[in-house]
Amino acid sequence: MSNLVIISPLLVHLLFSILLMFSWQNLKWQKILTIVGNSIALIASIATFILVYDQGTQTVQSGNWEAPFGITFVGDMLAVTLVLLTCISGFAVAIFSVVSVIKARLRFGFFSVYHFLLMGLIGAFLTGDIFNLYVWFEIIIISSFVLISLGGEKNQLEGAVKYFTLNFLASMIFLTALGVLYGLTGTLNMADLSQKIVLIENQALVEVCAVLFLVGFGIKSAVFPLYFWLPASYHTPPSAVSAIFAGLLTKVGVYALIRVFTLIFVGDLFLEVLLLSIAILSIFSGGIGALIQNNIRKVFSYLIICHIGFMIGGLGLFTTVAIAGTIFYLIHDIIVKTNLFLLSGLIYRLSSTNSLRKLGGLYDQYPKISFLLAIPLFSLVGIPPLSGFWPKISLLLEGFEQENYWFVGAVIFGSFITLVVVAKVWAEAFWKEPKPVTKGKRFVDFSKLRQIQKVQLIFPIAFLSIVSLYIGFGAEHIQLLSERIANELMDNQQYIDAVFKTRADAR
Amino acid sequence: MEILLAIITGILYAAGIYMMLRRSIVKLIIGIVLLGNGVNLLIFLLGRITKGKPPIIPEDAKVFQDIYADPVPQALILTAIVISFGLQAFAIILVKRTYKVLGTDDLDQLNTTDEDS
Repeated sequence: MSNLVIISPLLVHLLFSILLMFSWQNLKWQKILTIVGNSIALIASIATFILVYDQGTQTVQSGNWEAPFGITFVGDMLAVTLVLLTCISGFAVAIFSVVSVIKARLRFGFFSVYHFLLMGLIGAFLTGDIFNLYVWFEIIIISSFVLISLGGEKNQLEGAVKYFTLNFLASMIFLTALGVLYGLTGTLNMADLSQKIVLIENQALVEVCAVLFLVGFGIKSAVFPLYFWLPASYHTPPSAVSAIFAGLLTKVGVYALIRVFTLIFVGDLFLEVLLLSIAILSIFSGGIGALIQNNIRKVFSYLIICHIGFMIGGLGLFTTVAIAGTIFYLIHDIIVKTNLFLLSGLIYRLSSTNSLRKLGGLYDQYPKISFLLAIPLFSLVGIPPLSGFWPKISLLLEGFEQENYWFVGAVIFGSFITLVVVAKVWAEAFWKEPKPVTKGKRFVDFSKLRQIQKVQLIFPIAFLSIVSLYIGFGAEHIQLLSERIANELMDNQQYIDAVFKTRADAR
Repeated sequence: MEILLAIITGILYAAGIYMMLRRSIVKLIIGIVLLGNGVNLLIFLLGRITKGKPPIIPEDAKVFQDIYADPVPQALILTAIVISFGLQAFAIILVKRTYKVLGTDDLDQLNTTDEDS
């Protein structure tokens, strides 16, 4: 059972969240354990990635039940790439949260819940069973509810109510779709569903089911008409929590959309048009929303929505090149969005405010840190050698190829808006003369932190920036990887064969 | 029986969504509970209701000879009930804390996080 390697990152996080519960009272132990746990998970995910990269899709049948009857874990290229990215972001955010999250929150089991969240994310990427996907989604949202409301500040609770309600509704819609799908096909295994869905006579009901999935995952990934919970809640928890939410929680929705619409509901023209239109509207509404905000974290929240549009649009175009662009953008976006919210946390620590009106003069005070912060900001815009530029080539190329000029226009508009917004953030926060701010009583200024704590705040940002730089300068590797993933996704027979391999071997 | 269950499911969905759209934060919780139950009934209904046929293969056979009641939907519902129970418990505590801290039970008053800061 060498295949068990693919679920090892999941088991590491489970083990460490349990260990953390035993060291509930001892904060020092908790901090050490979480860093060790995330390092081990990172190593495990790298091992998984290398295994799947060399040997192709790996599967684990839980409890050795054969494919359509038991729960299957499938480590295909897309899944293990996302697991690797999850562990990279998880590692960075864990180190950052050791200093940036206040003791009152850490005492209530912050790290334990954090490990459960990462476990849920990894499980959602790896599972090959659609009901199991629902269960992993629930683990993710329950952990995220705890993280978003932990601390119980006024606006945190208010954000949590909105976040809770919409995510609960999304889960219920997902479950409804799942029930209908089970009623139609009598199976829950995604590979099996892919084979059986084409045989159903009542294709109208299949269409309804597909739209229900789109709405359920759409709320989670914050696409155009369903995103209002995101800017209302993402800026309220501590920046470490926002970072992991921004980097991964909306992307797990995008992943689910990619998986469901390349494996189960394939080649439906109505859905492709629908996906493209919501993508274009997401880009416009997110971009315009970002322009008018004055809180850095709200600006970044709207940019999440804007950039989700790029990914959904690539899925809507539905060709190998476009999907490769989507995957590349997903890889770039997870790292950069996590980094952006860590950056907003560091800016808060440097100047005790996140309001663009009050910020200023960071470049004069901290020139070296400013240079570091420039990397994620300009990667986000996609100034050529940096990472945001390359996936847009694929998306634009395919947009022109299919003569879908609305989408081409939206991508250019979205990139331009991002440039304007980042330029505004840079000019206001780094170059402008600062305004006096009243600092909170318990606020500890950056200069008063110990040396090790400063390193713990800056190292994660530097680490993620290096990953971003690698994605930018090593773009050919990532492009090859994305094309390989896109080929696997478009030719879903490979996935189905991998899942049913044990059955074929037995014959 | 199926018709009756279908109507009840519809009512539960409608009532759940309606309650979630009300302004009171307590009605929000009631809406969540109703919707959760509606979904569970739907899964039960779509698993094809078969009466009095347990899914047990007789001793002298290798496969099922006739129609049997599908056990999978029940397993799904059980999982879904446990999950929604946990979520509802969390929701009640969250709403109670929100009411205490913010001093209002009107959802329209919860708009400070959308304001400019």
